[in-house]
Amino acid sequence: MTKLNTFEQAVETYEPVLGLETHIELDTHTKMFCGCSTVFGAEPNTQVCPVCLALPGALPVANRAAIEATIKIGLALNCRIAEWTRFARKNYFYPDMPKNFQTSQYEEPLCEDGYVEVVVDGQVHRVEIERVHLEEDTGKTLHVGGSTGRIHGATESLVDYNRAGIPLVEIVTRPVPGTGALAPEVARAYTAELRDIVRSLGVSDVRMEQGSLRCDVNLSLNKPGEEWGTRTETKNVNSLRSVERAVRYEVRRQSALLDAGERIFQETRHFHEATGETSPGRSKEEATDYRYFPEPDLAVMEPSREWVEELRATLPELPRKRRERLQAAWSLGDKDMQSVVNADAVDLIEATVAAGASPAGAVKWWLGELSRRANESGEELAALAITPAQVAELQGMVDDGRLNDKLARQVIDGVIAGEGSPAEVAAKRGLEVVSDTGALEAAVDEAIAANPAVADKIRGGTHAAAGVLIGAVMKATKGQADAGTVRQIILDKLG
Amino acid sequence: MSTISREEVAHLARLARLEVTDVELDAFAGQLDVILQSMKTLAEVDTDGVQPTSHAVPLVNVFREDQPQPSLPRDAVLAGGPDTAEDRFRVPRILDEEA
Repeated sequence: MTKLNTFEQAVETYEPVLGLETHIELDTHTKMFCGCSTVFGAEPNTQVCPVCLALPGALPVANRAAIEATIKIGLALNCRIAEWTRFARKNYFYPDMPKNFQTSQYEEPLCEDGYVEVVVDGQVHRVEIERVHLEEDTGKTLHVGGSTGRIHGATESLVDYNRAGIPLVEIVTRPVPGTGALAPEVARAYTAELRDIVRSLGVSDVRMEQGSLRCDVNLSLNKPGEEWGTRTETKNVNSLRSVERAVRYEVRRQSALLDAGERIFQETRHFHEATGETSPGRSKEEATDYRYFPEPDLAVMEPSREWVEELRATLPELPRKRRERLQAAWSLGDKDMQSVVNADAVDLIEATVAAGASPAGAVKWWLGELSRRANESGEELAALAITPAQVAELQGMVDDGRLNDKLARQVIDGVIAGEGSPAEVAAKRGLEVVSDTGALEAAVDEAIAANPAVADKIRGGTHAAAGVLIGAVMKATKGQADAGTVRQIILDKLG
Repeated sequence: MSTISREEVAHLARLARLEVTDVELDAFAGQLDVILQSMKTLAEVDTDGVQPTSHAVPLVNVFREDQPQPSLPRDAVLAGGPDTAEDRFRVPRILDEEA
């Protein structure tokens, strides 16, 4: 295999063109075309009926709530809502659908021609939405034999159709050129924005790690002034961080191949979370012709303009508006707010403030110490084992003078290690600022005795020299003193 | 001259996981040929300016409310498949089978 280019080399020579295809599972109570429950985690094949199985005579009927949810998504993405739309059969032979087809939409999607704006590095990137359509999810296949549930080397597959038929919204962008070196960040920012928009609508829980938001990343490279290159499609990229990594990897891989004079094949690739690499996948069928045709069992839809306007009127405050409101409420500058958004910390900080912390305190912990830990462990910030309420409690203890920042960091260690709430960790580990002034005064006296020259300087009016004595006291108290209090005691004695 | 070959029928049968004997292959190829010929006849009709129909009845906006209904008992669901294991349908391995 050709050696990879560095990302920087790659984007010096080539311009990436992105495309993103996102699937979102709606959280309706019932499936798309039948009354089977969609509750997660049921016993295999217990949420299956004649419609799911396409038994002879079964008649599917579209779920009104799913249609409304899709129209709302379309409106929130600035799309035009079709006046006439219908479902189509996508035919393929694969056991994840018992019907040998998936009910989807083809030439007449419910919503078309929208856009999402994302800000990366202070620059606005407009990502155009080609279409938003409604289809049904497929069943879950468990591959048996071979290694660890992977499809390759499996000897047989076991299929559970509980998920087959759950409403799935597919959102497809137009190709996004012109992002250059920012392509990975733009892909991530778009996915985050889309997730936040859909979450604000309350139509899906959009949890990437649980598969209710799934992302396919398309990428091609071309030299400036040349036609767009051949694209690859990387499937099932399951976190924001992975979206960014998948783009970065494909840029590096494709550019190395092109440099070596090789061709890029249009193919499906799989992203590997552990290594951050992609590898070629196999298509579901050797023929990629899905033989789409209009679904004869479902009536066409003509969403009335009144209905669409009623739905538009129910749209909540969208994320961009919300961010503007929160930025003002938290008194943050544009750059700081951008850092909050990029760290995916808006919800976390809002919840921390709601739990009683000052905005400045909440921002400080989530963007500082906690972001650092998330980066170190390669996790999303929200996946850290500390809740906004616990961060608010921690900040409260700092505000009350019971913890200083150094002790607070040790308390975070304990909370993340599962030792309990900040107060419990502080109690168990004996982490508390020494507020016994008798003990502090004794420590200050010792420090003065050990550093007579410094003490003289302070007596002479050089208050800045107090730092040396403060350091000595902090050392003597193992960091459990409040630096401000210690300074006051020193100045009282020597000032 | 038939429009569908015996080999094409065999390929479709394999994709659809239907077990078809040699005698049946000949019979189905003949029958499918009749169907495809009929389609050809239909295709000769001038349909310029005619809106394609996908539904036999002019219905629009037929929706159901989002209220759960009972599903089938699992035994009944699984009874429709040739093989099961661990309360799931058991199917042959999926990839690398075309070669």
